[in-house]
Amino acid sequence: MNLILFTFIVLLGFTSYYFGRKKAYTIQSTKKRLTALPQFYGYYLAIWCAIPAFIIFSLWAIFEPTIVKLLILSDYLNQGYLDDELNLIYEKTKALSRGQFTGEITPFIKASAEKYLSLRSIAQSSKVVIVLSAIIASVAYAYKKISSNSRTREPVEKFLNAVLFTASLAAILTTVGIVFSLIFQTIDFFKVIPLFDFVFGTHWYPAKAFVRDSSEALDPTMYSDTFGAVPIFAGTFFIAFIAMCVAIPIGLMSGIYLAEYASYKVRQYAKPLIEILAGIPTVVYGFFAALTVGPFLKELGTSMGLEVSAESALAAGGVMGIMIIPFISSLSDDVITSVPQSLRDGSYAMGATKSETIKRVIFPAALPGIVGSILLGVSRAIGETMIVVMASGLAANLTLNPLESTSTITAQIVVILIGDQAFGDPKTQAAFALGMSLFLVTLCLNIVALKVVKKYREKYE
Amino acid sequence: MNKNKEQLLKKRYKAEQRFRLYGQSAIFMALLFLTFFIFKIFSTGHSAFQKTWLIVPVTFDAELMMLEQNPSNVDIQDADYYDIALKSMADLDLNANEDQENELKRMVSYFFEKEIKNELLNDPSLIGKTKEVYLTASDDLDQVFKGNYPRDLPEDQRRVSDYQLKIFDQLVANGKVESKFNISFFTNPDSREAELAGIASSFMGSIFSILVCLMIAFPVAVLAAIYLEEFAPKNRFTDFIEVNINNLAAVPSIVFGLLGLGVLLAIFQLPRSTPLVGGITLSLMTLPTIIIAARASLKAVPPSIREAALAMGASRMQTTMHHTVPLSMPGTLSGTIIGLAQALGETAPLILIGMVAFVNTIPGSPMDPAASLPVQIYIWAESAERGFVEKVSACIMVLLGFLITMNLFAQIIRHKFEKKWS
Repeated sequence: MNLILFTFIVLLGFTSYYFGRKKAYTIQSTKKRLTALPQFYGYYLAIWCAIPAFIIFSLWAIFEPTIVKLLILSDYLNQGYLDDELNLIYEKTKALSRGQFTGEITPFIKASAEKYLSLRSIAQSSKVVIVLSAIIASVAYAYKKISSNSRTREPVEKFLNAVLFTASLAAILTTVGIVFSLIFQTIDFFKVIPLFDFVFGTHWYPAKAFVRDSSEALDPTMYSDTFGAVPIFAGTFFIAFIAMCVAIPIGLMSGIYLAEYASYKVRQYAKPLIEILAGIPTVVYGFFAALTVGPFLKELGTSMGLEVSAESALAAGGVMGIMIIPFISSLSDDVITSVPQSLRDGSYAMGATKSETIKRVIFPAALPGIVGSILLGVSRAIGETMIVVMASGLAANLTLNPLESTSTITAQIVVILIGDQAFGDPKTQAAFALGMSLFLVTLCLNIVALKVVKKYREKYE
Repeated sequence: MNKNKEQLLKKRYKAEQRFRLYGQSAIFMALLFLTFFIFKIFSTGHSAFQKTWLIVPVTFDAELMMLEQNPSNVDIQDADYYDIALKSMADLDLNANEDQENELKRMVSYFFEKEIKNELLNDPSLIGKTKEVYLTASDDLDQVFKGNYPRDLPEDQRRVSDYQLKIFDQLVANGKVESKFNISFFTNPDSREAELAGIASSFMGSIFSILVCLMIAFPVAVLAAIYLEEFAPKNRFTDFIEVNINNLAAVPSIVFGLLGLGVLLAIFQLPRSTPLVGGITLSLMTLPTIIIAARASLKAVPPSIREAALAMGASRMQTTMHHTVPLSMPGTLSGTIIGLAQALGETAPLILIGMVAFVNTIPGSPMDPAASLPVQIYIWAESAERGFVEKVSACIMVLLGFLITMNLFAQIIRHKFEKKWS
């Protein structure tokens, strides 16, 4: 139904465009000067057709369900029902009207369901009537405006400008959405678990929260030793550290080599090949780490008499490091190439060799940019999920032994939220609290890194 | 004195060579990882494109199938195939006792009944006759035939019994085992049985998610880029938008999953596990990538184009829409494709919004529950059965194939259509 109405309105829009343009031609034929190109007359009319339709559609989508619900539940008011029970009645009514209700059908519910259906059909037909009459009114108004040959280009362009501006708000809206989705759950979480316990507690065992009998009231003391995030934070930074131990030397050296030594041909082939590493989906790295690297390290360890877990921090961190190589190598390559040639020439003129120039002149000059690229790499390592979920353990051990398994923020979020979630459960809220800390940490890293890189660019450009 | 100088120089040249070597070995290491990686995936995955069939003589006994004389098509549809299927497997070894008959049955997939039924539906005249039918081998025998199965393990540690192996070897010796191209890998939905599992459901899920993502992210991102690059005044607010975009590009993908869960599912009550929600989540993630690419290519259009249009009396909006934006399109499109390729490989946010559910139907619309290719990789990688290992690698090969094609396409668009301004 809505789809038909929508198509009809789109068709109306096209027709009004056509009539607007035609009107412009008739005005032209009376030897009057047009105020804009003929198609602007058409756009003007089409916009006046679209705006009321859009407004009414969105108002309807927002208010219709609430109003229908109020009307249905007005029958049950003052009969001593609680809010939750009223909600349940409404859900039952809706399910019955869709024919998906399984359970005992009381006459009350049946009556409500009939009422619901009739209300819906009234709402639907009144929507059609209101939308169409609003469109006709506004198009008639706009048509009169065109007939008197008033300005059309300026309003059309103003409208387009407004559309462009709204689109640019999408980025802000996304950020707001992220904060919004995280913050409420996080606040609820900290109502049950004190912030201090979360930040300084050393036992992370969310499965314990799951065993709770849901009929009992929440007892905060039960969770006293359940949500201590220290092992998680430690594991996250530890794995990120291992990853950076692999990524920084290889990434930085390849960046330097590509920028300073490599011939045009080598650069042309090696650079895109290394960047393929960044394009491989992380789940593929995870599979590789879990199936090849993990068992290999375990075997290697056993042959040397070491106790190595098949899901070790080393396997996850090492493979993550490989993934981050291209981020560091291409960013530092860019940064090094933008160091002005005069610095190199000066150093060569003093008799320095190439490597001395790089180490003593170019590297210090490029350092801010390189630090920025490393920080971006760290932020990537901290936020990386699939490799850790698949290759590192899921139990949170507080350890600094790279051969044991550890867990990270991201892995715990996945472990908690995979499958069905119950909102309002401290366990689910814990995942959002972890997400919040992840967001804040990466946000700080990103802001600092981007600032540093930007400052550096401005210095040499 | 002079000698000392020469020694010093020698040392410095040595250091120079060493440094150069470090650089070369770093590049070599990175490329070595890449080669090893691709080699590993291909060497484990290529065998999944072959499927092992057992050729078993089946007697279409009307009595066992409970079929009347001259049955109609409907009768054939409804007939009982279990008994003749069982009998034809049991007949592989005429001396088999009951346990062994059970083991014989487990040599083929549980789909064998249906395969026999299809054979008869294709040719109803087979009733009462015997024909050799291709039956899908069980995943363990499939692995045995491909040589991936450790046959020398003690029997109690294998899922294939010695008896099954004996019969299987006889069949191989008689040429009754055949390996053919595995079409069902591409046409079947996911399954708990490795020999039947295919990527059709997750593939469609990926396609739907990417389409939803494209339909939302592309228009919004292009419009936003046009505003920021061509119309936005330079002030605090536009700076704030810019910082926001750059930050969003570096926010971990799992946070977008939390956004999808907390806002799209919990507040807007959109259906769980569907490509619709997945696509919206991915579109928020790709938005900054496309905006950044579109802005860069708008910036690359030289000011002279704008000035010429303005000089001819075009308004700013006309200049932008008729000249700048069309000229920037190749760059924008290739940026969009690269953004979509990233979205196609994304797993974590989709797991959070429930696209990991086991789906054994092929979704027909973005509103049906589905998985996606990377999530399918995750699901299969987590299952213990040996047969899934090669499936995972094969699925990775398909996914990588798509990503490479998309990236090549982006390159081609960029090189073919982008105007070089000099």
